[in-house]
Amino acid sequence: MNSTVVSTGTEGKTWGGGNQPLKASYGKMMMWFFIVSDALTFSGFLAAYGFSRFKFIDYWPIADEVFTHVPFLHGQELPMIYVAFMTFVLIMSSVTMVLAVDAGHQMQKNKVIWYMFFTIIGGIIFVGSQAWEWATFIQGDYGAVQTKGGNILQFGEYKNVDGEDVFKRVAVEEFAVAAHTERTQHQNKNGLWFVDESALPAYSVEDIYHGLESHPNILVRTQTINEEGEKTVLSREESLAQLKANGKRYVKGANLEVNEYGTPLFADFFFFITGFHGFHVFSGVVINIIIFFNVIIGTYERRKNYEMVEKVGLYWHFVDLVWVFVFTFFYLV
Amino acid sequence: MADHAHKLEIFRGLIKFKSNTQKIWGVLLLLTIVTAVEVALGIYKPEVLMSPSMTPFERGLGATLLNIIFSAFIYTKSLNLIFIVLTIIKAYYITWDFMHMRDETKALRRLVVWTAVFLICYLVFILLQEGGYIESVYTNGYVKRDF
Repeated sequence: MNSTVVSTGTEGKTWGGGNQPLKASYGKMMMWFFIVSDALTFSGFLAAYGFSRFKFIDYWPIADEVFTHVPFLHGQELPMIYVAFMTFVLIMSSVTMVLAVDAGHQMQKNKVIWYMFFTIIGGIIFVGSQAWEWATFIQGDYGAVQTKGGNILQFGEYKNVDGEDVFKRVAVEEFAVAAHTERTQHQNKNGLWFVDESALPAYSVEDIYHGLESHPNILVRTQTINEEGEKTVLSREESLAQLKANGKRYVKGANLEVNEYGTPLFADFFFFITGFHGFHVFSGVVINIIIFFNVIIGTYERRKNYEMVEKVGLYWHFVDLVWVFVFTFFYLV
Repeated sequence: MADHAHKLEIFRGLIKFKSNTQKIWGVLLLLTIVTAVEVALGIYKPEVLMSPSMTPFERGLGATLLNIIFSAFIYTKSLNLIFIVLTIIKAYYITWDFMHMRDETKALRRLVVWTAVFLICYLVFILLQEGGYIESVYTNGYVKRDF
């Protein structure tokens, strides 16, 4: 019985099977394919951010004025410094990761353990910094007034710095006084049980208008970017008129609905993109910890190769790679 | 993986490292310098770089074509263009040296890089084009932004 074909005549040829044109293991190749698809997800987000930004190109917040805080240095305006630190931490942890992979190739277990340990620490510092960045952004610093059309009016005054008049922001708290009001927050225990109301704003637009009237040096700054690439500052009369005619509510900080720095879309994209990236860092840390313990108990020593470290390393570098782009398009451009 | 060979030169062979570890530190130095340059430019924002380096060509089909070819220089601020180029440089070294793309076969490299680069360029082009169009409608089309 020789009816089944056992010999196809292709043995040793390209289609004979057992051929590995890419010379990469299954796991590594699948990690690469996952990275490609994940890169497309992230570029979808960043391209959508670009879309919205192009849509409001003359009104978009200037990142330098939004992210100016550094932990422990209160009240100082230091744009870019903290995020540069975060970038450096992530690059550094990428370096320790690639050193771990290298040590793995040479089967040096202890080195792999230490380098992975440092990688995990770097990842944790990064996620922590991002949480701090979020908290600062949510809390806000100066407060602003949202107009009926959803635009933002900010306040400030010209101050003489080194012989030059520079527009400096002034917090609403510094000039507005909250008037007594009969309006209390509606809670479901004292009103309609199925309706809730979030906390009332600290100031009414009326309060802020009176504050602005009594402080002749304070001016309103709008979202519109002028030819010098700066936000437009209104004259005193325009400031009062604009606030009176269009002011709707006091906002402080940023969330998915309002954003004291400008269009709420900016905050939405910030939370979404850095959040999604932060989630990747977090899951990267978790996977790294799993692999870290596997290295310690000697799994890969027995397997006689450390390819698993290489695969998780690929993922970790990818997270770093994404951050490089987020950093550019959120903070620099 | 003892036979795992690393390609140790970067800059097309201009710099050749003695070991893989040394190459890693070299690439770190490069990435750090690039990031530092980005941050410095981002903080100081030199006045010269705050506008596009070329003005649009005018009149005729040739001018339109030239505008498309040189669009990066005509419609993007020089500073932003520098940021984007530096970012791509960083991305290259992270992928090539940290992710060992340099040591993979040509087929795997192209499979990953060309696919991603093509699709991303396509997506970015479409969305930015559309965003610019909507912006022009907002600006020129009697859409009121404050009412």
